[in-house]
Amino acid sequence: MSEHVVAVQPEPDMIQLLTPEGQRVDHPDYPLGLSDEDIAGLYRDLVLVRRIDTEAIALQRQGELGLWASLLGQEAAQIGAGRALRPHDMAFPTYREHGVAWCRGVDPLTLLGLFRGTNLGGWSPSEHNFNLYTIVIGAQTLHATGYAMGVVRDGAVGTGDPDRDTAVLAFFGDGASSQGDVNEAFVWAAAGNLPIVFLCQNNQWAISEPVERQSRVPLYQRSAGFGFPGMRVDGNDVLASYAVTRRALDDARNAQGPTLIEAFTYRMNPHTTNDDPRRYRLGSELETWKLRDPIERVRAYLSREAGYGSDYFAAIEDESKKLAEHVRAGCRALPDPTPQSLFDSVYVTMPAELRAQRDEFVEFVGSLEEASA
Amino acid sequence: MTVMTYRQALHDTLRAELQRDESVILLGEEIGVFEGSYKITAGLLTEFGPARVRDTPIAEEGFVGAAIGAAMLGMRPVVEIMTINFSLLAIDQLVNHAAKMHAMFGGQVSVPLVIRTPGGGGQQLAATHSQNLEVWYAHVPGMKVVAPATPADAKALLTAAIRDDDPVLFLENLALYNTKGEVPDTEQLGRIGSAAVVRPGRDLTVVSYSRGVVIALEVANQLERDGVSIEVVDLRSLRPLDRETVCASVRKSSRAVVLEDDWLSFGVGAEIAATVQEGAFDYLDAPVRRVAAAEIPLPYAKPLERAALPSAADLIRVIGELLDATRFTHAEGGS
Repeated sequence: MSEHVVAVQPEPDMIQLLTPEGQRVDHPDYPLGLSDEDIAGLYRDLVLVRRIDTEAIALQRQGELGLWASLLGQEAAQIGAGRALRPHDMAFPTYREHGVAWCRGVDPLTLLGLFRGTNLGGWSPSEHNFNLYTIVIGAQTLHATGYAMGVVRDGAVGTGDPDRDTAVLAFFGDGASSQGDVNEAFVWAAAGNLPIVFLCQNNQWAISEPVERQSRVPLYQRSAGFGFPGMRVDGNDVLASYAVTRRALDDARNAQGPTLIEAFTYRMNPHTTNDDPRRYRLGSELETWKLRDPIERVRAYLSREAGYGSDYFAAIEDESKKLAEHVRAGCRALPDPTPQSLFDSVYVTMPAELRAQRDEFVEFVGSLEEASA
Repeated sequence: MTVMTYRQALHDTLRAELQRDESVILLGEEIGVFEGSYKITAGLLTEFGPARVRDTPIAEEGFVGAAIGAAMLGMRPVVEIMTINFSLLAIDQLVNHAAKMHAMFGGQVSVPLVIRTPGGGGQQLAATHSQNLEVWYAHVPGMKVVAPATPADAKALLTAAIRDDDPVLFLENLALYNTKGEVPDTEQLGRIGSAAVVRPGRDLTVVSYSRGVVIALEVANQLERDGVSIEVVDLRSLRPLDRETVCASVRKSSRAVVLEDDWLSFGVGAEIAATVQEGAFDYLDAPVRRVAAAEIPLPYAKPLERAALPSAADLIRVIGELLDATRFTHAEGGS
């Protein structure tokens, strides 16, 4: 292939507060303000969501899930952003934000039920302030923009009351950055000075297409043309992801308008369990990114700089094992939906015509069961 | 004749047209390096290079619009939209531009564009990725919509679509890619807008297209053993629609069932039923029946997905009801 592409590399101005080796570094604009105990809490989050992911992949391989979209490698971007949210903020995920779901208190089994086909978005978005997963890429950035318009209408921006002022966090990926929906969301958010943060997890690959296929400039620079700030954060650094997202959410709540954050990270696993990345990317790339692992650097910091010993890590490992058992057993116990449920939830009130179709179907299924009995 | 898969027939036809005509180019998401989500374009980037086989940004409205511009200026772009579901992101370019430019620009430009895209469910891809939206496009004057069921028709109609001077939506189906059939080795130029009687019969006509034809043939073969003679009409093209072939078959059989993968209301079956009552009313022994998908967003759960899609069992049930309603006897056909 001879076509010239412009490689997009991490820039010197990528915001980082914890190096891959576990060294704390300070950034003048993004003070961390977390205790070592808080950082240990983030470590626990990272380990547990990776464990959920590992178990989910295994369950898919065993035929217990139809599909799974792995978050491996993106834990820090998600946990950092998820923990930066206040309870009354609203987040709009794609289909891969299992780490954010964890931070928003969604039971992992509810997530697994979605991928098993036993529930359809089993959590309440208003209860968790975490929208249901959106499969069509980028579409939720417009929904988030509409939500942010509602926040403004409610007067829940810039009042100075931390319990009232509300921010919206919209997730999307590098592939979706090319979508019209995302660009139109930028237009609306800028024009309305809306309290929204656009968080692009640039995991380098839109299934098989590299970022170079989408953009000649680093994605965070796109916001400049729309009239709001953008910055690139090390998405494998949970501390920087936390601090940068917190700052952007604060700005949104304080009526400073939207921000674009590009969390520079890497999808270490296939796009979904249906994908095989060996077809389109080199194994050496994965090896390079393993050296930037989001969890190892936190562990290195905690053990070297913060005095956390093997007891602490063993306790987390123990909790992780228990969570894995809960996920495995719980997933297998999730019941299949009944054929009779097929017509549920198409309308709030089922129209007579659809009810007739359902009745006919139920009768037909009954006759088949009778015939096979 | 060579026996090959539907997938291979599409691939070989694209390759042949790329070789034959320099103005043919391919565009789409992941069609180059990745060779397409369904591997239709395998090897074509290597053979023809990135100027003619182009991976595009993940922006459907963008690459369809760009393809329309290229087509207006004399190229023959063949766009792969990963699934028909994603065509919704490009629908303004397709419906308001590709389909209307020739008319609205007074015939001064044409848009020789092909949109290749698979529809259909059954792969556990959930409601937004499993739709049959072909009637959306078949509704629009200025568009052509073809939907081959066999590898041979895939070859003949793709060749015809690429050489056609109007925009053609070329409907594929996820469940057909691995089906096999005999394909002539020589160049085949199909005629867009002609249906085919793919199985002659006496007692009842099943009208279908794309994946439905495969099911209809299975059912026809099965019912033959019970003494029922089914004629199967493969529409092959939804716009233009070959109404005469359908009506001629019904005038002979006096009974008609439409098997369609789309939703019942306002679907292909509705158009066929109207066509039959206009063109063969006096020959009908009973109302035309339709077998279609349950009118719900297609479930992701495997057992529910299977239940919602039209199946051979559904078709057999409806054929049985229609035969009973018309007091069919095996003696009727003289057999």
